[in-house]
Amino acid sequence: MSAVAVLGTGMHPWGKWGRPFLEYGVAAAREALRDAGLEWTDVQYVVGADTIRNGYPGFVSGASYARELGWSGARVASCYAACASGAQALDIARTRILAGLCDVALVIGADATPKGFFKPVGGDRPDDPDWLRFRLLGATNPAYFALYARRRMALHGSTPADFAAVKVKNALAGSLNPMARYRKPVTAEEVLASPMVADPLRLMDICATSDGGAAVVLASQEYARRRGTGFVRLAAVSTVTPVFPNTILELPDFATDSCAAVPAPERPFRAAIAHAAYEEAGLGPEDLSLAEVYDLSTALELDWMEDLGLCPPGEADKLLRDGRTALNGSIPVNPSGGLASFGEAIPAQALAQVCELANQLRGRAGARQTAGARVGLAADQGLFGHGSAIIATL
Amino acid sequence: MTYAIDGWFAISEEDGVHLLGTSCAACGTICFPPRRGSCPNPRCASTDMRVLPLPRRGRVWSYTNACYPPPAPFVAPDPYVPVTLAAVELDEVGIVVLGQVKGLTVDQLQVGMEVELTAGPLADGPLVWMWERAS
Ligand SMILES: [Zn+2]
Repeated sequence: MSAVAVLGTGMHPWGKWGRPFLEYGVAAAREALRDAGLEWTDVQYVVGADTIRNGYPGFVSGASYARELGWSGARVASCYAACASGAQALDIARTRILAGLCDVALVIGADATPKGFFKPVGGDRPDDPDWLRFRLLGATNPAYFALYARRRMALHGSTPADFAAVKVKNALAGSLNPMARYRKPVTAEEVLASPMVADPLRLMDICATSDGGAAVVLASQEYARRRGTGFVRLAAVSTVTPVFPNTILELPDFATDSCAAVPAPERPFRAAIAHAAYEEAGLGPEDLSLAEVYDLSTALELDWMEDLGLCPPGEADKLLRDGRTALNGSIPVNPSGGLASFGEAIPAQALAQVCELANQLRGRAGARQTAGARVGLAADQGLFGHGSAIIATL
Repeated sequence: MTYAIDGWFAISEEDGVHLLGTSCAACGTICFPPRRGSCPNPRCASTDMRVLPLPRRGRVWSYTNACYPPPAPFVAPDPYVPVTLAAVELDEVGIVVLGQVKGLTVDQLQVGMEVELTAGPLADGPLVWMWERAS
Protein backbone atom coordinates (compact mmCIF):
# COMPACT_ATOMS: atom_id res chain seq x y z
CA MET A 1 0.00 0.00 0.00
CA SER A 2 1.48 3.36 -0.95
CA ALA A 3 1.46 6.18 1.59
CA VAL A 4 0.39 9.80 1.46
CA ALA A 5 2.44 12.66 2.83
CA VAL A 6 1.57 14.72 5.90
CA LEU A 7 2.71 18.16 4.72
CA GLY A 8 1.53 20.18 7.66
CA THR A 9 -0.35 20.10 10.95
CA GLY A 10 -1.99 22.77 13.05
CA MET A 11 -4.02 23.08 16.21
CA HIS A 12 -6.02 25.59 18.17
CA PRO A 13 -5.17 25.30 21.87
CA TRP A 14 -7.65 23.16 23.82
CA GLY A 15 -9.63 24.81 26.61
CA LYS A 16 -13.09 26.06 27.49
CA TRP A 17 -13.06 29.18 25.37
CA GLY A 18 -16.78 29.57 24.69
CA ARG A 19 -16.39 30.59 21.06
CA PRO A 20 -17.91 29.07 17.89
CA PHE A 21 -16.26 25.85 16.73
CA LEU A 22 -15.57 27.37 13.30
CA GLU A 23 -13.04 29.75 14.86
CA TYR A 24 -11.03 26.87 16.31
CA GLY A 25 -11.17 24.90 13.08
CA VAL A 26 -10.14 27.79 10.89
CA ALA A 27 -7.27 28.73 13.22
CA ALA A 28 -6.03 25.12 13.12
CA ALA A 29 -6.43 25.00 9.32
CA ARG A 30 -4.49 28.21 8.76
CA GLU A 31 -1.73 26.93 11.03
CA ALA A 32 -1.59 23.62 9.12
CA LEU A 33 -1.41 25.46 5.80
CA ARG A 34 1.36 27.73 7.10
CA ASP A 35 3.20 24.65 8.33
CA ALA A 36 2.84 23.05 4.90
CA GLY A 37 3.91 26.24 3.14
CA LEU A 38 0.68 26.31 1.14
CA GLU A 39 -2.15 28.75 0.52
CA TRP A 40 -5.78 27.86 1.10
CA THR A 41 -6.32 28.26 -2.63
CA ASP A 42 -3.79 25.43 -3.23
CA VAL A 43 -6.14 23.00 -1.46
CA GLN A 44 -8.10 20.86 -3.90
CA TYR A 45 -10.17 18.90 -1.40
CA VAL A 46 -11.36 19.88 2.08
CA VAL A 47 -12.87 17.40 4.53
CA GLY A 48 -14.58 18.44 7.74
CA ALA A 49 -15.10 16.16 10.73
CA ASP A 50 -18.63 16.98 11.88
CA THR A 51 -19.69 18.28 15.28
CA ILE A 52 -23.33 17.46 15.88
CA ARG A 53 -23.91 19.73 18.88
CA ASN A 54 -23.28 22.90 16.92
CA GLY A 55 -26.22 23.03 14.54
CA TYR A 56 -26.25 22.96 10.79
CA PRO A 57 -22.76 24.38 10.23
CA GLY A 58 -21.49 21.51 12.38
CA PHE A 59 -23.44 18.88 10.41
CA VAL A 60 -21.89 20.05 7.14
CA SER A 61 -18.58 21.14 8.57
CA GLY A 62 -16.61 20.68 5.33
CA ALA A 63 -18.61 23.36 3.58
CA SER A 64 -18.74 25.51 6.73
CA TYR A 65 -14.95 25.59 6.99
CA ALA A 66 -14.64 26.24 3.24
CA ARG A 67 -16.97 29.21 3.59
CA GLU A 68 -15.01 30.60 6.54
CA LEU A 69 -11.75 30.21 4.65
CA GLY A 70 -13.35 31.81 1.57
CA TRP A 71 -15.16 29.94 -1.21
CA SER A 72 -12.38 28.62 -3.42
CA GLY A 73 -14.21 26.06 -5.50
CA ALA A 74 -12.45 23.20 -3.71
CA ARG A 75 -14.05 19.76 -3.68
CA VAL A 76 -15.55 19.05 -0.27
CA ALA A 77 -16.77 16.32 2.10
CA SER A 78 -18.10 16.10 5.65
CA CYS A 79 -18.05 13.10 7.90
CA TYR A 80 -19.48 12.12 11.27
CA ALA A 81 -18.24 9.09 13.19
CA ALA A 82 -18.47 10.28 16.81
CA CYS A 83 -15.04 10.06 18.47
CA ALA A 84 -13.57 8.50 15.32
CA SER A 85 -14.73 11.41 13.09
CA GLY A 86 -11.26 12.88 12.67
CA ALA A 87 -9.76 9.55 11.67
CA GLN A 88 -12.49 8.83 9.14
CA ALA A 89 -12.21 12.35 7.70
CA LEU A 90 -8.48 11.76 7.34
CA ASP A 91 -9.12 8.42 5.66
CA ILE A 92 -11.53 9.98 3.17
CA ALA A 93 -8.91 12.55 2.15
CA ARG A 94 -6.15 9.96 2.03
CA THR A 95 -8.21 7.63 -0.13
CA ARG A 96 -9.03 10.38 -2.61
CA ILE A 97 -5.33 11.21 -2.93
CA LEU A 98 -4.40 7.54 -3.36
CA ALA A 99 -7.09 7.24 -6.03
CA GLY A 100 -5.33 10.00 -7.95
CA LEU A 101 -8.34 12.31 -7.76
CA CYS A 102 -6.42 15.12 -6.07
CA ASP A 103 -2.93 16.06 -4.88
CA VAL A 104 -3.56 18.24 -1.83
CA ALA A 105 -6.26 17.86 0.80
CA LEU A 106 -7.02 19.67 4.04
CA VAL A 107 -8.72 17.83 6.93
CA ILE A 108 -10.24 19.87 9.76
CA GLY A 109 -11.95 18.99 13.05
CA ALA A 110 -13.11 21.31 15.82
CA ASP A 111 -15.64 21.37 18.63
CA ALA A 112 -17.20 23.64 21.22
CA THR A 113 -18.64 21.65 24.12
CA PRO A 114 -21.10 22.37 26.91
CA LYS A 115 -20.27 21.83 30.59
CA GLY A 116 -20.66 18.44 32.21
CA PHE A 117 -21.39 14.98 30.80
CA PHE A 118 -22.01 14.49 27.13
CA LYS A 119 -25.76 14.14 26.73
CA PRO A 120 -27.74 12.46 23.99
CA VAL A 121 -29.15 14.56 21.17
CA GLY A 122 -32.30 16.35 22.40
CA GLY A 123 -35.94 15.41 22.01
CA ASP A 124 -37.96 12.33 22.88
CA ARG A 125 -36.29 9.59 20.87
CA PRO A 126 -37.00 6.11 22.23
CA ASP A 127 -35.74 4.48 19.01
CA ASP A 128 -32.18 5.66 19.72
CA PRO A 129 -30.11 3.37 21.98
CA ASP A 130 -27.95 6.36 22.89
CA TRP A 131 -31.02 8.19 24.20
CA LEU A 132 -32.39 5.05 25.84
CA ARG A 133 -29.26 4.23 27.84
CA PHE A 134 -29.66 7.56 29.64
CA ARG A 135 -33.43 7.25 30.02
CA LEU A 136 -33.55 3.65 31.27
CA LEU A 137 -30.22 3.29 33.10
CA GLY A 138 -28.58 6.68 33.56
CA ALA A 139 -25.54 5.09 31.91
CA THR A 140 -23.17 7.96 31.07
CA ASN A 141 -19.92 7.56 29.12
CA PRO A 142 -17.87 7.44 32.35
CA ALA A 143 -20.09 4.57 33.53
CA TYR A 144 -18.86 2.46 30.59
CA PHE A 145 -15.24 3.47 31.22
CA ALA A 146 -15.75 2.45 34.86
CA LEU A 147 -17.12 -0.96 33.85
CA TYR A 148 -13.92 -1.58 31.86
CA ALA A 149 -11.80 -0.32 34.77
CA ARG A 150 -13.50 -2.53 37.35
CA ARG A 151 -13.28 -5.52 35.03
CA ARG A 152 -9.56 -4.84 34.61
CA MET A 153 -9.14 -4.76 38.40
CA ALA A 154 -10.88 -8.11 38.74
CA LEU A 155 -9.05 -9.76 35.83
CA HIS A 156 -5.56 -8.34 36.10
CA GLY A 157 -5.28 -6.97 39.63
CA SER A 158 -4.93 -3.33 38.56
CA THR A 159 -5.46 -0.85 41.38
CA PRO A 160 -6.70 2.73 41.64
CA ALA A 161 -3.05 3.64 42.29
CA ASP A 162 -2.14 2.22 38.86
CA PHE A 163 -4.88 4.31 37.27
CA ALA A 164 -3.65 7.40 39.11
CA ALA A 165 -0.12 6.72 37.84
CA VAL A 166 -1.42 7.00 34.27
CA LYS A 167 -2.82 10.44 35.03
CA VAL A 168 0.41 11.54 36.72
CA LYS A 169 2.39 10.46 33.64
CA ASN A 170 0.03 12.11 31.15
CA ALA A 171 -0.31 15.32 33.16
CA LEU A 172 3.48 15.64 33.24
CA ALA A 173 3.63 15.24 29.44
CA GLY A 174 0.71 17.67 29.01
CA SER A 175 2.49 20.27 31.14
CA LEU A 176 5.08 20.40 28.35
CA ASN A 177 2.52 20.82 25.55
CA PRO A 178 1.42 24.39 24.75
CA MET A 179 -1.72 23.07 23.00
CA ALA A 180 -2.98 21.15 26.05
CA ARG A 181 -5.79 22.48 28.22
CA TYR A 182 -4.37 21.21 31.52
CA ARG A 183 -0.76 22.27 31.93
CA LYS A 184 -0.20 21.47 35.60
CA PRO A 185 1.59 18.30 36.78
CA VAL A 186 -0.47 16.35 39.32
CA THR A 187 0.37 13.87 42.06
CA ALA A 188 -1.13 10.45 42.64
CA GLU A 189 -2.48 11.74 45.96
CA GLU A 190 -4.42 14.47 44.14
CA VAL A 191 -5.91 11.96 41.72
CA LEU A 192 -6.88 9.57 44.52
CA ALA A 193 -8.43 12.43 46.52
CA SER A 194 -10.53 13.76 43.62
CA PRO A 195 -14.28 13.09 43.82
CA MET A 196 -15.53 9.64 42.79
CA VAL A 197 -17.56 9.89 39.57
CA ALA A 198 -18.20 6.28 38.53
CA ASP A 199 -16.61 3.82 40.92
CA PRO A 200 -13.64 3.06 40.64
CA LEU A 201 -12.98 6.13 38.47
CA ARG A 202 -12.52 9.57 39.99
CA LEU A 203 -12.82 12.97 38.39
CA MET A 204 -9.12 13.06 37.52
CA ASP A 205 -9.29 9.57 35.96
CA ILE A 206 -11.80 10.75 33.36
CA CYS A 207 -11.18 13.12 30.49
CA ALA A 208 -13.06 16.41 30.48
CA THR A 209 -15.10 17.94 27.65
CA SER A 210 -13.16 20.68 25.87
CA ASP A 211 -13.14 23.17 23.03
CA GLY A 212 -10.38 22.75 20.49
CA GLY A 213 -9.39 22.28 16.89
CA ALA A 214 -6.88 20.36 14.80
CA ALA A 215 -6.08 20.19 11.09
CA VAL A 216 -3.82 18.18 8.81
CA VAL A 217 -2.65 18.89 5.24
CA LEU A 218 -2.19 15.73 3.19
CA ALA A 219 -0.60 15.44 -0.24
CA SER A 220 0.43 12.78 -2.70
CA GLN A 221 4.05 11.66 -2.34
CA GLU A 222 4.82 12.96 -5.84
CA TYR A 223 3.51 16.40 -4.94
CA ALA A 224 5.47 16.37 -1.67
CA ARG A 225 8.66 15.26 -3.45
CA ARG A 226 8.36 18.01 -6.08
CA ARG A 227 8.46 20.49 -3.24
CA GLY A 228 11.81 19.05 -2.22
CA THR A 229 11.32 18.90 1.52
CA GLY A 230 11.12 15.91 3.85
CA PHE A 231 7.75 14.71 5.00
CA VAL A 232 5.98 12.31 7.31
CA ARG A 233 4.08 9.46 5.67
CA LEU A 234 0.68 8.07 6.62
CA ALA A 235 1.43 4.38 6.30
CA ALA A 236 -1.97 3.13 7.45
CA VAL A 237 -5.42 4.24 8.47
CA SER A 238 -7.43 1.24 9.59
CA THR A 239 -11.08 1.90 10.22
CA VAL A 240 -12.74 -1.35 11.11
CA THR A 241 -15.96 -2.64 12.58
CA PRO A 242 -16.02 -5.47 15.12
CA VAL A 243 -16.23 -9.12 14.10
CA PHE A 244 -19.37 -10.91 15.28
CA PRO A 245 -19.84 -11.74 18.09
CA ASN A 246 -18.40 -8.68 19.84
CA THR A 247 -18.27 -9.84 23.45
CA ILE A 248 -17.08 -6.57 25.04
CA LEU A 249 -19.91 -4.28 26.09
CA GLU A 250 -19.65 -1.43 23.60
CA LEU A 251 -20.65 2.16 24.33
CA PRO A 252 -23.65 2.94 24.15
CA ASP A 253 -25.07 -0.59 23.91
CA PHE A 254 -27.23 -2.41 26.47
CA ALA A 255 -25.72 -5.78 25.78
CA THR A 256 -22.96 -7.65 23.97
CA ASP A 257 -23.49 -10.03 21.09
CA SER A 258 -24.15 -13.59 22.17
CA CYS A 259 -21.33 -16.10 21.84
CA ALA A 260 -23.74 -19.02 22.28
CA ALA A 261 -24.11 -19.95 18.60
CA VAL A 262 -20.87 -18.50 17.16
CA PRO A 263 -17.68 -18.45 19.25
CA ALA A 264 -16.04 -15.12 20.01
CA PRO A 265 -13.32 -14.09 17.52
CA GLU A 266 -9.73 -14.76 18.50
CA ARG A 267 -8.87 -11.05 18.43
CA PRO A 268 -11.05 -8.69 20.48
CA PHE A 269 -12.30 -5.55 18.76
CA ARG A 270 -9.80 -2.99 20.04
CA ALA A 271 -6.92 -5.32 19.22
CA ALA A 272 -8.39 -5.83 15.73
CA ILE A 273 -8.26 -2.07 15.12
CA ALA A 274 -4.51 -2.04 15.75
CA HIS A 275 -3.90 -5.30 13.92
CA ALA A 276 -5.50 -3.99 10.74
CA ALA A 277 -3.21 -0.96 10.81
CA TYR A 278 -0.10 -3.07 11.41
CA GLU A 279 -1.02 -5.27 8.45
CA GLU A 280 -1.63 -2.30 6.19
CA ALA A 281 1.68 -0.67 7.15
CA GLY A 282 3.68 -3.91 7.16
CA LEU A 283 4.85 -3.07 10.68
CA GLY A 284 4.34 -4.46 14.15
CA PRO A 285 4.21 -3.21 17.73
CA GLU A 286 7.97 -3.74 18.06
CA ASP A 287 8.51 -1.07 15.38
CA LEU A 288 6.69 1.69 17.27
CA SER A 289 8.62 4.63 18.69
CA LEU A 290 5.54 6.01 20.45
CA ALA A 291 1.77 5.67 20.64
CA GLU A 292 -1.15 8.03 21.15
CA VAL A 293 -4.20 6.21 22.47
CA TYR A 294 -7.70 7.24 23.53
CA ASP A 295 -7.28 7.59 27.28
CA LEU A 296 -10.93 8.47 27.81
CA SER A 297 -10.12 7.11 31.25
CA THR A 298 -6.77 6.36 32.86
CA ALA A 299 -7.68 2.67 33.05
CA LEU A 300 -8.51 2.56 29.36
CA GLU A 301 -4.96 3.57 28.47
CA LEU A 302 -3.77 0.35 30.11
CA ASP A 303 -6.26 -1.69 28.06
CA TRP A 304 -5.06 0.01 24.88
CA MET A 305 -1.42 -0.81 25.61
CA GLU A 306 -2.31 -4.49 25.58
CA ASP A 307 -4.59 -4.14 22.56
CA LEU A 308 -1.77 -2.48 20.62
CA GLY A 309 0.46 -5.44 21.47
CA LEU A 310 2.92 -3.37 23.51
CA CYS A 311 2.70 -6.14 26.12
CA PRO A 312 0.66 -9.29 26.77
CA PRO A 313 -2.79 -8.95 28.42
CA GLY A 314 -2.51 -8.04 32.08
CA GLU A 315 1.00 -6.62 31.90
CA ALA A 316 0.31 -2.98 31.07
CA ASP A 317 0.43 -1.99 34.73
CA LYS A 318 3.95 -3.35 34.99
CA LEU A 319 5.06 -1.54 31.82
CA LEU A 320 3.64 1.66 33.29
CA ARG A 321 5.21 1.15 36.72
CA ASP A 322 8.59 0.45 35.11
CA GLY A 323 8.40 3.84 33.41
CA ARG A 324 8.51 2.31 29.94
CA THR A 325 5.53 4.38 28.73
CA ALA A 326 6.79 7.67 30.19
CA LEU A 327 8.32 10.40 28.01
CA ASN A 328 11.84 9.02 28.35
CA GLY A 329 10.72 5.38 28.34
CA SER A 330 11.23 2.77 25.65
CA ILE A 331 7.71 3.25 24.25
CA PRO A 332 6.14 6.56 25.31
CA VAL A 333 2.32 6.38 25.41
CA ASN A 334 0.43 9.66 25.03
CA PRO A 335 3.50 11.89 24.91
CA SER A 336 1.12 14.73 23.93
CA GLY A 337 -0.47 14.47 27.37
CA GLY A 338 -3.38 12.55 25.89
CA LEU A 339 -7.05 13.21 26.43
CA ALA A 340 -6.17 13.49 30.11
CA SER A 341 -4.47 16.80 29.34
CA PHE A 342 -6.61 17.89 26.37
CA GLY A 343 -10.13 16.73 27.15
CA GLU A 344 -12.55 15.72 24.43
CA ALA A 345 -13.22 17.97 21.46
CA ILE A 346 -14.75 15.07 19.58
CA PRO A 347 -14.19 15.80 15.86
CA ALA A 348 -10.70 17.18 16.58
CA GLN A 349 -9.17 14.62 18.88
CA ALA A 350 -8.13 11.91 16.42
CA LEU A 351 -6.58 14.66 14.27
CA ALA A 352 -4.81 16.08 17.32
CA GLN A 353 -3.23 12.66 17.81
CA VAL A 354 -1.91 12.80 14.24
CA CYS A 355 -0.52 16.29 14.90
CA GLU A 356 1.45 14.79 17.81
CA LEU A 357 2.72 11.89 15.68
CA ALA A 358 3.91 14.35 13.02
CA ASN A 359 5.55 16.64 15.59
CA GLN A 360 7.35 13.71 17.16
CA LEU A 361 8.51 12.25 13.84
CA ARG A 362 9.70 15.67 12.68
CA GLY A 363 11.67 16.08 15.88
CA ARG A 364 9.87 19.23 16.96
CA ALA A 365 8.05 18.06 20.07
CA GLY A 366 10.36 20.09 22.30
CA ALA A 367 10.66 18.80 25.85
CA ARG A 368 8.23 15.96 24.97
CA GLN A 369 10.43 14.70 22.16
CA THR A 370 10.95 10.95 21.82
CA ALA A 371 14.57 10.58 20.76
CA GLY A 372 14.91 9.19 17.24
CA ALA A 373 11.17 8.68 16.71
CA ARG A 374 10.55 6.91 13.40
CA VAL A 375 7.13 5.23 13.69
CA GLY A 376 4.08 6.40 15.60
CA LEU A 377 0.63 4.90 16.06
CA ALA A 378 -2.57 6.66 17.11
CA ALA A 379 -5.69 4.73 18.12
CA ASP A 380 -9.26 5.91 18.60
CA GLN A 381 -12.73 4.49 18.99
CA GLY A 382 -16.18 5.84 18.14
CA LEU A 383 -19.65 4.94 19.38
CA PHE A 384 -21.55 1.84 18.26
CA GLY A 385 -18.49 -0.21 17.36
CA HIS A 386 -15.99 1.34 15.04
CA GLY A 387 -12.54 2.74 15.49
CA SER A 388 -9.31 3.51 13.71
CA ALA A 389 -5.62 3.14 14.13
CA ILE A 390 -3.31 5.44 12.21
CA ILE A 391 0.35 4.72 11.61
CA ALA A 392 2.75 7.47 10.60
CA THR A 393 6.35 6.88 9.57
CA LEU A 394 9.32 8.93 8.48
CA MET B 1 -48.06 -1.34 35.54
CA THR B 2 -46.29 0.89 33.03
CA TYR B 3 -43.06 -0.35 31.52
CA ALA B 4 -40.36 2.22 30.72
CA ILE B 5 -39.93 0.38 27.42
CA ASP B 6 -42.21 -2.06 25.64
CA GLY B 7 -41.12 -5.51 24.59
CA TRP B 8 -37.72 -5.64 26.32
CA PHE B 9 -38.87 -7.41 29.49
CA ALA B 10 -41.96 -9.03 30.94
CA ILE B 11 -43.31 -9.62 34.41
CA SER B 12 -45.57 -12.56 35.14
CA GLU B 13 -47.07 -13.94 38.34
CA GLU B 14 -45.69 -17.44 37.78
CA ASP B 15 -42.21 -16.79 36.36
CA GLY B 16 -41.21 -13.40 37.73
CA VAL B 17 -39.25 -10.91 35.62
CA HIS B 18 -37.64 -11.95 32.33
CA LEU B 19 -35.67 -10.05 29.74
CA LEU B 20 -37.09 -10.70 26.27
CA GLY B 21 -34.54 -11.54 23.62
CA THR B 22 -34.82 -12.90 20.12
CA SER B 23 -33.47 -16.16 18.80
CA CYS B 24 -32.61 -16.73 15.14
CA ALA B 25 -34.56 -19.72 13.87
CA ALA B 26 -31.71 -20.68 11.51
CA CYS B 27 -28.48 -20.35 13.52
CA GLY B 28 -29.68 -20.01 17.09
CA THR B 29 -28.00 -16.65 17.71
CA ILE B 30 -29.66 -14.88 20.60
CA CYS B 31 -29.99 -11.10 20.96
CA PHE B 32 -30.88 -8.56 23.56
CA PRO B 33 -32.57 -6.10 23.10
CA PRO B 34 -34.99 -8.07 20.91
CA ARG B 35 -33.98 -7.63 17.29
CA ARG B 36 -36.26 -7.27 14.31
CA GLY B 37 -35.18 -7.77 10.72
CA SER B 38 -32.12 -9.85 10.01
CA CYS B 39 -29.91 -12.07 12.14
CA PRO B 40 -26.76 -10.29 13.42
CA ASN B 41 -24.59 -13.27 12.46
CA PRO B 42 -22.96 -12.07 9.20
CA ARG B 43 -22.92 -15.65 7.87
CA CYS B 44 -26.65 -16.12 8.41
CA ALA B 45 -29.25 -14.61 6.09
CA SER B 46 -32.25 -15.51 8.21
CA THR B 47 -34.92 -12.96 9.05
CA ASP B 48 -36.88 -15.34 11.24
CA MET B 49 -36.24 -13.86 14.68
CA ARG B 50 -38.36 -15.30 17.48
CA VAL B 51 -38.95 -13.67 20.83
CA LEU B 52 -37.94 -15.72 23.85
CA PRO B 53 -37.47 -15.08 27.58
CA LEU B 54 -33.81 -15.00 28.59
CA PRO B 55 -32.36 -16.78 31.66
CA ARG B 56 -33.08 -14.85 34.83
CA ARG B 57 -29.72 -15.44 36.46
CA GLY B 58 -26.18 -14.52 35.66
CA ARG B 59 -22.79 -13.52 37.02
CA VAL B 60 -21.55 -9.95 37.37
CA TRP B 61 -19.15 -9.13 34.50
CA SER B 62 -18.47 -5.69 35.92
CA TYR B 63 -20.21 -2.94 37.88
CA THR B 64 -20.09 0.74 38.75
CA ASN B 65 -22.27 3.57 39.97
CA ALA B 66 -23.19 7.14 39.07
CA CYS B 67 -22.07 9.33 41.95
CA TYR B 68 -23.53 12.42 40.26
CA PRO B 69 -27.07 12.54 38.86
CA PRO B 70 -27.01 11.46 35.19
CA PRO B 71 -28.36 14.06 32.73
CA ALA B 72 -31.80 13.97 31.07
CA PRO B 73 -33.60 12.02 29.76
CA PHE B 74 -32.73 10.19 33.00
CA VAL B 75 -35.02 11.41 35.77
CA ALA B 76 -32.99 11.57 38.97
CA PRO B 77 -34.75 11.14 42.31
CA ASP B 78 -34.61 14.06 44.74
CA PRO B 79 -32.71 13.64 46.99
CA TYR B 80 -30.36 11.82 44.65
CA VAL B 81 -29.21 8.32 45.53
CA PRO B 82 -26.32 7.04 43.36
CA VAL B 83 -27.53 4.64 40.67
CA THR B 84 -25.67 1.32 40.74
CA LEU B 85 -25.12 -0.42 37.41
CA ALA B 86 -24.05 -3.98 36.68
CA ALA B 87 -23.16 -5.70 33.43
CA VAL B 88 -24.23 -9.29 33.91
CA GLU B 89 -23.19 -12.36 31.95
CA LEU B 90 -26.33 -14.42 31.44
CA ASP B 91 -26.16 -18.14 32.01
CA GLU B 92 -26.48 -20.32 28.87
CA VAL B 93 -26.92 -17.59 26.26
CA GLY B 94 -23.48 -15.93 26.44
CA ILE B 95 -24.71 -12.33 26.55
CA VAL B 96 -23.64 -9.55 28.90
CA VAL B 97 -26.59 -7.28 29.76
CA LEU B 98 -26.34 -3.92 31.49
CA GLY B 99 -28.94 -2.90 34.05
CA GLN B 100 -29.56 -0.92 37.20
CA VAL B 101 -28.97 -2.76 40.46
CA LYS B 102 -31.63 -2.85 43.16
CA GLY B 103 -30.74 -2.95 46.84
CA LEU B 104 -26.95 -3.24 46.47
CA THR B 105 -24.21 -0.61 46.44
CA VAL B 106 -20.87 -1.01 44.68
CA ASP B 107 -19.35 -2.08 48.00
CA GLN B 108 -21.63 -5.12 48.05
CA LEU B 109 -20.91 -6.20 44.47
CA GLN B 110 -18.11 -8.34 43.10
CA VAL B 111 -17.14 -9.49 39.64
CA GLY B 112 -18.37 -13.07 39.29
CA MET B 113 -21.08 -12.81 41.93
CA GLU B 114 -24.48 -14.27 41.12
CA VAL B 115 -27.44 -11.96 40.58
CA GLU B 116 -30.96 -12.36 39.28
CA LEU B 117 -33.44 -10.25 37.41
CA THR B 118 -36.09 -8.15 39.01
CA ALA B 119 -37.80 -4.89 38.15
CA GLY B 120 -38.09 -1.52 39.82
CA PRO B 121 -39.42 1.94 39.12
CA LEU B 122 -37.62 4.88 37.56
CA ALA B 123 -37.95 8.08 39.61
CA ASP B 124 -40.97 9.15 37.55
CA GLY B 125 -42.76 5.81 37.88
CA PRO B 126 -42.42 3.43 34.93
CA LEU B 127 -40.76 0.08 35.56
CA VAL B 128 -37.41 -1.01 34.22
CA TRP B 129 -35.49 -4.28 34.58
CA MET B 130 -32.97 -4.39 37.41
CA TRP B 131 -30.47 -6.81 38.90
CA GLU B 132 -30.62 -7.91 42.53
CA ARG B 133 -28.83 -10.37 44.80
CA ALA B 134 -29.67 -13.95 43.75
CA SER B 135 -32.07 -15.58 46.17
ZN1 LIG C 1 -28.98 -16.50 12.32
